[in-house]
Formats: sequence, structure tokens, C-alpha cells
Amino acid sequence: MNLPGTAYRLRIETRSDNPGWMGLVSSVLGVVLALIVGGFVLRAAGANDPIVTYREIFKEGFGTPADWQAGVSALLTSSDCPKGQLCFGPLSDTLVKASPILLTGLACIVAFRMKLWNIGADGQMFLGAWAATGVAVFLLPKTTDRAVMLGAMALAGILAGLAYGAIPGFLKARLNINEIITTLMLNYVAYKWVEFFVVVGPWSIGDFESTGRFPTPATWPRLTEYARQIPITAGLTAHPGILLGIGAAVLLAWILYRSRWGYEIRVIGNNPNAARYAGISLGRNILLVMALSGALAGLAGMNEVAALRELNGRLQRGYGFTGVIVAWLAKLNPLAAIFVAFLFGGLLVGTKLIQPQGIASMLQGVILFVVVGTELLFRYRVRLEKAEPVVAVAAETGDVP
Amino acid sequence: MTASALFDLAITILFGALVSGTPLLFATVGEIFSERAGVMNLGIEGMMLVGAMSGFAVWFNTGSLVLGLIMGMALGGLFALLHAFITITLRADQVVSGLAVTFLGSGLSSILGQPYVGQRTPEPITLTLPILERAAVEQLVLVAVGLVFAPLAWYYVNRTRPGLNLRSVGEYPSAADSLGINVNRTRYLYVIFGGVMSGFGGAAMSLVTDPGWVDGKTSGLGWIAVGLVIFASWDPLRGMWVSYFFGLLRRLPLDLQNPALPLISTAHNPTLGRLMDMLPYLATILILIIGSREALRQRLGAPAALGTPYVRGERGV
Repeated sequence: MNLPGTAYRLRIETRSDNPGWMGLVSSVLGVVLALIVGGFVLRAAGANDPIVTYREIFKEGFGTPADWQAGVSALLTSSDCPKGQLCFGPLSDTLVKASPILLTGLACIVAFRMKLWNIGADGQMFLGAWAATGVAVFLLPKTTDRAVMLGAMALAGILAGLAYGAIPGFLKARLNINEIITTLMLNYVAYKWVEFFVVVGPWSIGDFESTGRFPTPATWPRLTEYARQIPITAGLTAHPGILLGIGAAVLLAWILYRSRWGYEIRVIGNNPNAARYAGISLGRNILLVMALSGALAGLAGMNEVAALRELNGRLQRGYGFTGVIVAWLAKLNPLAAIFVAFLFGGLLVGTKLIQPQGIASMLQGVILFVVVGTELLFRYRVRLEKAEPVVAVAAETGDVP
Repeated sequence: MTASALFDLAITILFGALVSGTPLLFATVGEIFSERAGVMNLGIEGMMLVGAMSGFAVWFNTGSLVLGLIMGMALGGLFALLHAFITITLRADQVVSGLAVTFLGSGLSSILGQPYVGQRTPEPITLTLPILERAAVEQLVLVAVGLVFAPLAWYYVNRTRPGLNLRSVGEYPSAADSLGINVNRTRYLYVIFGGVMSGFGGAAMSLVTDPGWVDGKTSGLGWIAVGLVIFASWDPLRGMWVSYFFGLLRRLPLDLQNPALPLISTAHNPTLGRLMDMLPYLATILILIIGSREALRQRLGAPAALGTPYVRGERGV
């Protein structure tokens, strides 16, 4: 079929090589195109000039170079940030947001590597948050050592997420039940479960729809606690959760690229039949990978409640879905996910105050579209060529016209 | 409670089930068409949301229900067209593209629908029937359309020539191609049709069955539809029954609040009511488990080419 009005046509042929730079190109292209499309939608929705809006998002999410400069010099002279503002405030908020995004992103990466579509990281995260809260508020005494308390909460979050992820894994491995549907349905069940406990149920204090403030040992230490030694950290809420995420990313990268199990996961993801012939157990790996995926999401839940310092009806939904996009944008590479999660953390922080709401979700959708759409470039070579009579082409390639 | 009062109550609950199951029916049967043609569209939730929001907005500004429904269908179809382009022409992964449709749809409906949250809703024209105390005419019409649509869809898929083409494209595209059926064009057509029906279902929801717009209006109904397609083993008639069943389940927490119900009323037990909200979601998983055993026994399966793009001359199914 010729392009309309020309003697040229697009020819799509299978590509045998797979250049590495294309991953980066399609990811960057995705983000840029999403910003352009998002600009049109913003204008249609009656917002300000899109450029102004984006600049605002960047400023809110990451800060301005002037702020950073002032921050660095204040750090060197160990004095307060000038003008009473937080020099690294936006960056610190972004790191706080990035940690659950990174962990749910990793949860998606490990599952997607095996073409297991775990869309339920959100629910696994909620259950992790619920279990960690149970340990912090109702199981361990208030005076427990902080490291022990946080460790126990993390363990509880991991186990809860692991169990909740293993359910769809088991159903998939045993009965071949579509994991997309089960993980999604379990999301809603988890939302209702947490809602039941903190809104109407046994964990709420009075009418507050909250468990109330956690005891101090059950909360992440924040940078601001060191304001006496380093004045510049005053007011910053950044916590070690991001280090947990980075550690998990490194560990996952090691598993995927350096361990036998990771090799099996990748083989199954690329070609399940070949894996089966090679004697790799599909069912066992489906169960294990879903459990690992759920465990990572559950850890994200623990991380979130330790940062929020309470479990309430406003525990944010949607991190699991952001994780899907982070995974895809990072091309399923755990180390690249660190960077992408940081960017998305900035996006979420930056759009928090901006009207209309929902812009983050829309931008995420467009990004995912463009990234998946440009995947064509990986597998096929797209060429513009002069159309020739069909007979000549057939004779040349032996195709039946 | 007298027998006749109990009878009236049962009728009310059953009609409620038909009403609340009908939007689900349109989405489910629409998706059956799309998947029968070989394209899985996980964007139903997004398309329903966009349909619900745009339909409501058009009704709000013009006062016309019909225009609202048409708008919902148009936007649902437009989103499906996007999915079709990405998955059929660009041959991208159907799962990821479908997810993107849902993200985009929920984001856009949330942004553009903001002025309409909590606005006044269409006033139904009610009339009294011998067996039904208060029935909205719009709801009666919608239920009737659904009751006609599903059997027609079944007939079209199983008993007509274009239906045969549709199935062949989803089962064995290269054979269909060799018979002169344009595989990609057929797929485009039915993917868009599926989107139109999803958009219609969404608009029907925000205008007729549960009037009003709130953010995330469909609350997972689109995803339930994806599950129902599997349980229905891609059969429109089964899709209809199971949609009505889920309509019943969705209304159950509401119905059980009725203090007139003996013994099982949750009117005095709100805690139980909260847990009952989980029911439709757990039931979806449950019917998938039941369905999977049945599928193993009867060797029912998905359309063979579901999820794979068709490229002439390339090895496929």
C-alpha cells in the first residue's frame, strides 16, 4: 500500500540485530512525546500555558539550580539555608516518593521478565503496609529497639506481600488462570481489607479513620532529625527507604543477570517452550517469581507506612500502576529503574499541587503508549522505499503476491 | 412479611440486578468480539471511564441522553482505535498497550471530568408497572436493548458469514488470509466495535443505571469484564448470564441493607456491609477457578491467535 499521494511506501522487515541504543531512544522519545501530548490536554482542560506548567512541575519536583547552589554553599559552611526556604526540599520529597515507586517497579520488573503480568503490586503493597502496621502497633512493645522494630516490620511486609503475590502465582501455575485478572481483583480486595481495618473496623482510633501515630521506633528516621549537626537538613523528610530500594535493585540485577535462577527466568520469558525442553520447571518458577514480586511490593508497603508514621484511609493507591510504567520505561532493567523511579517521584511531587489532578496518570498513560509503540523499532526495520510493481517484488523475493 | 411483599421485593432485586448488570454486559460482549478477532484489549476500564465521563458531560451541556450515549460510544471507539493501531499496525504487545489505554482513560476522565463531579444527574422518567413499583423508563429500555443485543451477537458470531470470518481471523489468520479475508482490517473493525460497546456501557452507567459522575466511576467493572470474557469462554450468551449474575452481586450490599429483609439484613451491621464490598472481586476469581476446571474438562480454549499480531509470511499459529 503506497503512502497517500506518493510513489513511496513503508516497508517493515524483521530485524536480526538489536541495537542497544534504541532502548534509550524509545524511552526518551516516550517521555518527550508524552510531554507534548500532555501539553495539548492541559490546554484543552483550560490550564495555564503548558510550558509554564511543566516548569512549575519541575520546580516543585526537583527545585531550581539557584536553590541547589545555595544549598551546597550552605552545606559547606554548615549554615542554614538562606531566605528560610528549604534548598533541597523538593529533592527530598521526591526521594520519599521514589522509594515505593522503585520497589513496586522492581516487583513489576521481575514478573514482567517472565511475561507474568503482575498488575497487583498495589494490592500486595497494601497488604504489606497492613502487616507492617500490625507488627508495629499491636505486636511489638512501643519501646522495642528501632532497628529490631523496623526489621520486624519489613519482614512482616515482605511476608504478607509474598503470600498475597503467591495466590495468583499458584492459580496461574496450577490452573492456568489469567494472572492479570486475579492480581487486579486482589487489588480491590486489598483496598477494601485495609479500609475495613482502619475506617470502620478494629484498628481505628475513635472517628479518626487511622491507627494513630506509630511509636517512634516504628518510623523511618528523617534527615531533619540531624538538623542540629547539619543545619541544612532542617525540615527535610528524606529517609533511608530509598536506600532499601536501591539495595533491592542491585540484588535483583544480580539475581537476573548473574544467578542460575535469573537465567531461568529470562529463558522462560523469552521462550517458554525452549525452557520446557531444557528441563526448566515453569510452574515452580511462576510461583517463585510471583512470590518474589509480591515480596518486593510488600516491602514497598512497609516502607510507606514507616514514612507516613500511621496507617489511615488515605494510604495512596496507584503506586503499583506507576510501577508498571517504571518497569517498562526502564526496559525491565533493575538498575535503570532507580533513575526512572527518581524521575517519576519528581513527576508525582511536582503534579501534587497542580490543577487539574489526574495529570500524572494521563502522562503515564501516554508515556507507556509511546514506549510500547516504538518497540516496533526493536524488532523491525522500518524503511521508506519506492513502490515497485508487485510482480517484480514477488520475483525478487519469491513471495506469493 | 407476607408472601406477596416478599415476591415484590424479589422482583425489585432481580430488576436491579438486570439494570446494574447491563453496562457490564455491553463491555463483556464487546470484548468478546475483539478477542474473537484475536486482539485482547485490557483497556476496557479506561474506555468505560472515558465513555462514562464524556457521556455525562455531553448530557450535562445539551440535556440529551441520546447524544451523551453516542459521545460515549464515539470516545470508546476512538480509544480502541488507538489500541488497534498500536497492536495491529505497530505489532506491539497487547497487554501493555491495553494497560496504557486504561491509564490514559482514567487519567483523562479524571482531568476533564473534574467540573462534573457531584453535579445534578439526569432525572429519570418513572412509571408504575403492575409488578414493579417504580421503574425508570430509561432503565427498562436499556435492559431491553441488552436482552436483544446479546442473543443477536451470539447469532452473528456463530451463524453468519461475517461471524465466520471474525472467528477465522482469531483462530487461524493465515488461513483466513489465504481465503481473501483482510485480517488486519477485520481486526481493526472488531477492536473498534469492542471499544464502542465499552464506551456505551460506561455512558449507560453514568447516565442511566447509576446516574452521576465521580472519579473512577467504574471501580474495576472493566477489569471484571475482562475476567467474565474468559469465564464465558468467548460466548456472548454466557457473557450475558454472567453479567447479570455480577449485576446481582454488585447490588447485593445495597439490597441487604433493606431492613425489610428477614434475618440477613445488614442494616444493623455495617461492618459486614464493608466486607461485602469485596464480593464481586472475590467472585471474579472464584468463577475463573470454576471456569478453568471446566475448560480443562471440555478442552475449551481462547481463540488460538489471541495476543499475536498477524504478519503475512511469518510463522505464527
